[in-house]
Amino acid sequence: MIPISAYLILAAVLFGIGTVGVLTSRNVIVIFMAIELMLNAANLALIAFSRGLNVLDGHVFVFLVLTVAAAEAAVGLALIVLIFRNRESINIDRFSIMKW
Amino acid sequence: MNLDTIVFLVSAVVAVFGATMMISQRNTVASVLYLILSLAAQAVLYIQLGALFLGAVLIIVYAGAIMVLFLFVIMLLNLRGNQDMGDPPGPVSRFTKYLVSILLVIELVFIIRGVAFDTDASGIMSMVTDDFGSVKAVAMLLFTDYLYPFELTGVLLLVAIVGAVVVSKREKDETPIPADQASDNSDRGTN
Repeated sequence: MIPISAYLILAAVLFGIGTVGVLTSRNVIVIFMAIELMLNAANLALIAFSRGLNVLDGHVFVFLVLTVAAAEAAVGLALIVLIFRNRESINIDRFSIMKW
Repeated sequence: MNLDTIVFLVSAVVAVFGATMMISQRNTVASVLYLILSLAAQAVLYIQLGALFLGAVLIIVYAGAIMVLFLFVIMLLNLRGNQDMGDPPGPVSRFTKYLVSILLVIELVFIIRGVAFDTDASGIMSMVTDDFGSVKAVAMLLFTDYLYPFELTGVLLLVAIVGAVVVSKREKDETPIPADQASDNSDRGTN
């Protein structure tokens, strides 16, 4: 059988890849997808814990996280469309209008 | 090597591969497709962990709905080729970013190894009941113990829908920017 820590380490690796994506990418849509990936890595950890502890509550948390991710995607993509309309670019470095 | 291990290894490799390709693609559409690949592999892992309902939800909601929304927005933006993704040196070097991420992963792995489930070397998987993670079992919990959070997610989705519509709505008198003027305006405000 696979130890539960294998799933947790996989979740950590996926989370790390998401972090790399957020930090290094300049395409705002890719950054957004990397955030989704990080949410999913957290979900994987929750489900692994849920299985390991033999309680279903983790599944409910994952369900709620999925809902929040969907809401976030809807609002975030609307914002991206709005910013793109103003600046004609999806390069994150061009969104520096609120720079101090 | 039994079937469980093989399924886990294949899914894990595919998930990591998809995620890596997702952040390294220049083409945004390709990167959405790689994320879908990664999510499909993660759905396999969900199902392996007994989360049948959530595995299906991951495919239907994520790969089916959210990623299509991403693709839809990419089509809507109508990006012309590889536009202005030049390489301006940021205040933080690329090496530092990778270093920080790798340190984060190492830290997480150490915490996991230190804390999680050393109790049993075979680790996982006490036997669970047959309906663990089934629609019925999750729904029972969702509509009893977690009823209020569940109802609140409904409100959250409503707010998100209204917010998305309000944010992306064009003003009535605002005319879309013509393409030739738009390229002039794009430099405005960046310094």
